[in-house]
Amino acid sequence: MSARTAVPLSELPPHTKAVVRRLAGGRPFAGRLAGMGVVVDSPLEVLQNVGHGPVLILVRDTRIALGRGEAAKILVDAAA
Amino acid sequence: MSAPRHEKVREIVLALAGQPNAGKSTVFNLLTGLSQHVGNWPGKTVDRKEGTLERGGARIRVIDLPGTYGLSAHSEDERIARDFILHERPDVILMIADASALERSLYLLTELVVLPVPVVLGLNMMDVAESEGIEIEPHVLEAALRMPVVPLVARRAQGVSALLSVALRVARAPQECVPARPEIAASHRDVLTRVADLLVGNLPAPYPPDWAALKLLEGDPEIAERARQWLPAAAWNEIDALLRAHEDAVLDVASGRYEWIGRMLRAGVKRPQLGQVSLTDRLDRVAVHCVWGVVLLLAVFALVFGLTFGIGSPLQEWLDTGVVLPLRDGVRAALAGRPAWLAGLLADGMLGGAGLVFTFLPILVVFFAALALLEETGYLARAAYVADGFMHSLGLHGKSVLPLFLGFGCNVPAVMGARVIASRSGRLLTILLAPLVPCSARLAVLAFLVPVFFHEYALAIALLFVVANLLVLAGVGVVLSRTVFRGQHAAFIMELPLYHVPDRRNIAHFVWSNTWAFLRKAGGLILLLSALVWALSYSPQAGVEGSLLARFAQRLAPLGTVLGLDWRMLVALLTSFIAKENAVATLGILYGAGANGVGLAATLATHVAPASALSFLAATMLFIPCAATVAVMRQEMGDWRWTLFGVTLLLAIALGAAALIYQVSRMLGVGMVHA
Repeated sequence: MSARTAVPLSELPPHTKAVVRRLAGGRPFAGRLAGMGVVVDSPLEVLQNVGHGPVLILVRDTRIALGRGEAAKILVDAAA
Repeated sequence: MSAPRHEKVREIVLALAGQPNAGKSTVFNLLTGLSQHVGNWPGKTVDRKEGTLERGGARIRVIDLPGTYGLSAHSEDERIARDFILHERPDVILMIADASALERSLYLLTELVVLPVPVVLGLNMMDVAESEGIEIEPHVLEAALRMPVVPLVARRAQGVSALLSVALRVARAPQECVPARPEIAASHRDVLTRVADLLVGNLPAPYPPDWAALKLLEGDPEIAERARQWLPAAAWNEIDALLRAHEDAVLDVASGRYEWIGRMLRAGVKRPQLGQVSLTDRLDRVAVHCVWGVVLLLAVFALVFGLTFGIGSPLQEWLDTGVVLPLRDGVRAALAGRPAWLAGLLADGMLGGAGLVFTFLPILVVFFAALALLEETGYLARAAYVADGFMHSLGLHGKSVLPLFLGFGCNVPAVMGARVIASRSGRLLTILLAPLVPCSARLAVLAFLVPVFFHEYALAIALLFVVANLLVLAGVGVVLSRTVFRGQHAAFIMELPLYHVPDRRNIAHFVWSNTWAFLRKAGGLILLLSALVWALSYSPQAGVEGSLLARFAQRLAPLGTVLGLDWRMLVALLTSFIAKENAVATLGILYGAGANGVGLAATLATHVAPASALSFLAATMLFIPCAATVAVMRQEMGDWRWTLFGVTLLLAIALGAAALIYQVSRMLGVGMVHA
């Protein structure tokens, strides 16, 4: 992965693949995401992001809907 | 099964664990069948399901732990699951994993294997995994994990019997079970050891020091609080300093678990790299589409609404007129020679209340079946996803959309439907808002009264009431979520499971346990409230005119003046507590409709000013929910304080709105002259 700065997941267009770099929502947030497959270094794919409302991602064979606010707290590196 | 009678029967306790959507309830239903018992976890509002069976001379108790993604202290369900394992020490944990998303599914396993109870792993949905091209070799996994692994297709009852045999074998020789355990990243290993050392000897019995140390490193607030109380100051201060220096450990612990899972699965699981499009992907192209998804959502909800009330309402009416009424007449006839109050109490007070409970059943059964079907197939999560943007603006979770929508038919299933929402604050807010949805009974009162006063404008006024009512709902939602529930906004993080063919048994169990819970918990309260209001409206003499209720309403005259309501309208409001449609019937009795051949509509038109009518309608639409709704609110909130809060809030809103409407009309000088 390049040294580019991580961007909020909520800003990625659909069908982008990315890797989680940082979780900025505190321990309870990180704890909830961990059980659903989202931890630092997790690869994921944005399935849907229409620019408002929740974001849909695919991570470890699981489709997860994230509120926009939640998605903004997940910082990722977009794959080329 | 063929155990000799004299042999002492040993009881074995199995705890069923698993992430949501892994098929845990299917396994539970297969194992325990009709022996299930649903209660509550002590002091909690979360359902506790338990069942028994006998096998090989042993009596087996199966406890269904709440479905959880992990065992942190951050959610009530996860605390319940881990407290049960730590304090009750089941003989074996049966962990059900979803074979089609094994990596994520085993996260819970990494939390279970560090607890002092042997684990047996059931790999469910092997058929789904296979159809996705994932190849799993259970024996290889078994060798890596050093624990028994049993493949399952629970939906077709495959493998469940084998799972039980393996669990019993492990229960009889638990010492043979030494599972592989994930290790913490090297950078934190020394800290973990040091924290565990400081804990040894200072922790009360059920807490293993190495587990507690790991939880501390994860930043577990509950264990931190306990450790602070248990440990000598010096030891705690050292731990506290270590934890502060290693605050990043929480992320490492979680990532470390997935690394470990990756290593465990490397040999036993092969997965395709080809990007084949699954059924779920194809269905989701419509279901979560930003336009078609909304269309589908509305269509599905309209269908559920149509089914619930299309099937439920005629049955309800048939029960009422075909069963309850003849029964009441029968009681009255049988008690013909006895005091009138006795017949009244039994026929009207008690049987009236029982009849009310009874007539809710058809609607609830159909609604629960529809809800279970949507949940089972995986569609409910999509509906929540599509609706989340809108619901979010009201401070609600996307999943609140179906219960609130159903509220237009009846508030009772709306309140009970809130149980699909995982977070307590989200559930409470939905339950508090559900009674503000104008139900069909209130719409019927509206439809009857508006034309009496507003003739050609009737439709517009009625529509205005419904819209204003919904705006009040939205406003209350916004205000509550920013005040009472401030900062408790549950993060919207929700799995959209793969689509599944629904399991009949699961739906049947869901319908049965929820309907039974309504009868058992809410039924008695509805009966009691109904008898109470009946008694108040009947004593000290027959007829509501001279009753305690009427005297009470007359005492409220000052309030009535502010609202523009005379005592008769106040009594009508009070009796509408039993059922909203009572409002019209009470008005009929009190205004002496039917005398001299003048109908209620005409009588009201000559006695009541339109401004008062508006005030009365506003109060009826927003007034405290009916007895049945209050009873289920109490049942679902699990606590009287919240119920009273909800009732008081609605009362304040209703009276406030009524007073506002009346006073504004008066000031503007409209509607004071009788039509």
